Amino acid sequence: MANNDHAAVAHDHDAHDHKPHGWRRWVYATNHKDIGTMYLVFAGISFFIGGTMAMLIRLELFKPGLQFLDPQFFNSMTTLHALEMIFGAVMPAWTGLANWMIPMQVGAPDMALPRLNNFSFWILPFAFTLLLATLFVPGGAPAGGWTMYPPLMLQGGASFPMTIFAIHMMGISSILGAINVVVTIMNLRAPGMTLLRMPLFVWTWLITAYLLIAVMPVLAGAVTMLLTDHFFGTTFFTAAGGGDPVMFQHIFWFFGHPEVYILILPAFGVVSEIIPTFSRKPLFGYDAMVYATASIAFLSFIVWAHHMFTVGMPLAGQLFFMLSTMLIAIPTGVKVFNWTATMYKGSLSFEPPMLFALSFLFLFTIGGLSGLMLAIVPADYQYQDTYFVVAHFHYVLVPGAVFAIMGAVYYWLPKWTGNMYDQKLAKWHFWLSTIFVNVLFFPQHFLGLAGMPRRIPDYAVQFTDWNQVSSIGGFAFGLSQFLFPYIIWKCVRGGVRVGNRAWEGAHGLEWELPSPPPFHSWTDPPSDAVIQRGAAH
Amino acid sequence: MMRKLFSPLATAAALALGASQAAHAESGWSLLNMTQGVTAMSRQIYSLHMLMFWLCVGIAVVVFGVMTYSIFTFRKSRGAVADTTMLHSTTVEIIWTIVPIAILVATAVPAATTLIKTEDLRNSQLTIRVTGFQWGWNYEYLNSGVNFFSRLDRASDAARQLGSGIDVTTVPHYLLNVDKPLVVPVGTKVRLLVTANDVIHSWWVPAFGVKKDAIPGFVNEAWFNIDADKAGLYRGNCAELCGRDHGFMPIVVDARSQQDFQTWLKDEQAAEHPAAANSSAPAAAGSAPAAQ
Repeated sequence: MANNDHAAVAHDHDAHDHKPHGWRRWVYATNHKDIGTMYLVFAGISFFIGGTMAMLIRLELFKPGLQFLDPQFFNSMTTLHALEMIFGAVMPAWTGLANWMIPMQVGAPDMALPRLNNFSFWILPFAFTLLLATLFVPGGAPAGGWTMYPPLMLQGGASFPMTIFAIHMMGISSILGAINVVVTIMNLRAPGMTLLRMPLFVWTWLITAYLLIAVMPVLAGAVTMLLTDHFFGTTFFTAAGGGDPVMFQHIFWFFGHPEVYILILPAFGVVSEIIPTFSRKPLFGYDAMVYATASIAFLSFIVWAHHMFTVGMPLAGQLFFMLSTMLIAIPTGVKVFNWTATMYKGSLSFEPPMLFALSFLFLFTIGGLSGLMLAIVPADYQYQDTYFVVAHFHYVLVPGAVFAIMGAVYYWLPKWTGNMYDQKLAKWHFWLSTIFVNVLFFPQHFLGLAGMPRRIPDYAVQFTDWNQVSSIGGFAFGLSQFLFPYIIWKCVRGGVRVGNRAWEGAHGLEWELPSPPPFHSWTDPPSDAVIQRGAAH
Repeated sequence: MMRKLFSPLATAAALALGASQAAHAESGWSLLNMTQGVTAMSRQIYSLHMLMFWLCVGIAVVVFGVMTYSIFTFRKSRGAVADTTMLHSTTVEIIWTIVPIAILVATAVPAATTLIKTEDLRNSQLTIRVTGFQWGWNYEYLNSGVNFFSRLDRASDAARQLGSGIDVTTVPHYLLNVDKPLVVPVGTKVRLLVTANDVIHSWWVPAFGVKKDAIPGFVNEAWFNIDADKAGLYRGNCAELCGRDHGFMPIVVDARSQQDFQTWLKDEQAAEHPAAANSSAPAAAGSAPAAQ
C-alpha cells in the first residue's frame, strides 16, 4: 500500500487508493466499507421486499372474509416475510454496520479476513434469489412458517429443498461473517485498546458473533434432518418410524432463542453509543453493561423451551424454563436502568439518532414487559400462538432492532459520507414511524388476548375493528419508510459538510478519523492519547 | 391515578366476560382483554394474567416516569449541564438488581402453584380422545362407542371461499361454528387425550384456559371442569399452523347439564350402534334422530 497519508489529512479517495473501479470494485470488494455498504444496501432491499409481504398480509386482514389471497399463499407470505426480515434485513444490516464500524472503532485498517468478508456477503444474494424463486415453482413458496415445524414442513413441494439450501447458505454466510468479527476484534485492536475500553457496539457484536458461531450449525443440523427425512427415508421427526416431531422444535429453538439475541444485542450496543452522545455524558455503568450483555447471551441458551409450553412437557421442564426465562428480565432490566441513568443529569438534545434511541428505549421495554408476561406458563397457555405473541415479538424487533438500525444509520451516516443529512426530514421519518408502529402493533395485544390466533388469513367478525386499525397503522408505517432511502440518497449526493466529530458529544475512535474516513481506516494505529479520548465512553 | 387511567380497560375486561357465549354480539372495540372463562382454572389463569399485567404497568410507570422526567428536565436547550462524573454507583446497581429479583420471586410462586394445578390429571370422570386432522377434529368418547368428526359449518365454509360474494357479517358465528360440536357435561372433570393424524395442531378453547398441542404419534393430556351453572356453547380454534386451512378449523364445545349430557350420550350410542341400542332400548331402535 503506497498510501502514506496521515489519516487526519482529508484526501480524495480515487486519486490515492488503488482500488478497482466500476463493477469490479463491488464484486471483487475486499474493503470493509465497500462490503459494509453492500450489506446495508442488501438489507434495505430485503426490508422493502419483506415489507411488501407484510403489506399484503395486512391487506388481506383488513376485513374478515377472503378478499385477495389464497390461504396457502397467505401462509407463504407469513413464512417468507419472517425469513426475509430476520435473515435478509436485520442480520445483514447488523453485519453491514459491524463491517463499517468495528475496524474504525478498534483502530484497525480493515477487517481481519477481507476475502472471507467478500465471500460471506456474496453468498447472500444467491441465497435469497433461491428463496424468492420458490414463489414461482409448482406448489408455491414454503408455507409452514419460518419455524418449519415437521410434519407440516415435510408436506412442502418443490420449494422444500430450495428453502433448505437457501437457509444453509444464509447460515454459512452468517458463520463466516461472525468469524471475521471475532478475529478482527481479537487481533486487530490498536495497542492500548483493551477489552474493557472497547465501545459497547464492539462488545455486543463480539458476543453476538459467538452466539452465531454456536447456534447457526444447530439450525443447519435441524434443516438437514428435515431434508433427509423428506428424501432419504430417515425418520428423525416422524413418530411412525421411531422419531419425534417435538425434537425438531427443541433443536430449532435451541437455535431460535439465541437467534433472538443475535438480532437484538447489537441494538443494545448501538443504543449504548447514541444515548451517551446526545446526553453529553459517559455511559452509566459501562462494566455492568458488558456483564449484563454476557449474562443475557448465556441465559439465551437455557430458555429455548419457553417457545413450546403447550407441546406437553413434563411439569419439571415447564417450571425450569419458566424460571430461567424470568431470570432474563434481570440483566435486561440492568441495561434499561443504565440507559435511563445515563440520561439522568445529562444535557440532552434530540437529533434523529437520539429520537430513534429513545423510541427504542420505551417501545423495547414494552416488548420486554409483555415477554415477562409470556414467561408465566399458565398464562402462556392462553397467549401461545395468538396475536399477543405477534405483538410482543414485533415490539422487540421493529421498534427494537429495526429502530436501532435506523438510529445507527442516522448516527454514523455523516461520518460515512462527510455530509449532514436532512435532519428535518429524518425527524418526519421518526415521528411517522413511531406513531404508526404503535397503531400497527399495539391493537394486536388486544386481538390476541381476545382470542385471535396467529397465522390465519381470515378471522371471526368480532376481530374486525382492531384489525382495521392495525392495517391502517401498517400501511402508514410502510409508506413512511420510503423517506429513509430518500434521505440517505440525498445525503450521499451532498449536504452540509461535517467535521471529524459530527456530533458534539460523540466519543470513540471513529470520530477521530476524518469524515468521510480514508479508504483504509487506521493505516497507522491511533496513539494512546487518542484512544484515551475515545474511550471516554 | 393509575387505576383511573386504566379503568376503561378493566371495564372492558368485565364487559368481555362471557364473550365466548355471545361473541358476535359484542362490539369489536370492547375486546381488549382476556376473558375470565368458565372454569376455576381459567379464572386462576386470568388473575395470574392480571397480576402480571398490573405489575408490568407499575414497572412501566416507574421506568417511563424517570425517562420522561429526564427527557423534559435535563435538556440542553434549557441550559442543562451534564454531570460527567456520574459513571456508576455500586449501591444503585445492587438495588436495581435485587428489587427485580424480589419481584420475580414473588410472581414465580403463584405462577408455579397454578402450573402445578394445571398438571393435576387425577380423578377425571370422563375421558375424550381429541384427534386433529387437516382440517378438523375427531372426538371419541372412550368406552362408550361414540365417535364423530367436527368441522367448520357449511355456512362459514361457503362464505370463506375467495370471492364468494357472501357478506361474512351475516353468517352466524362466522368461522367459529362447526357441523357437530363436542358435547360435555358441566361440573365434571373432563380429561382430554389430545393427538393428531397428520401434522401438529393445537386444541384451544379460551373459556376453559386449555390449549394443548395435538402431535401425531404422541398423546397429550389436558383437563377442564366447567362450572355447574355455566352450561352453554364455548368456541375456540386450532392454534398451531397446520397448513392451508389452519384458519378454518374451529372448535365448539356444547356444555350441558349432567342429565342432558347422559341423554345425549344415549341418543348418540343409539344412532351409532343401532343393534346394541336395540337390546337395551327397543323403542328407540332405528328411529333415533341424529342428535342435533
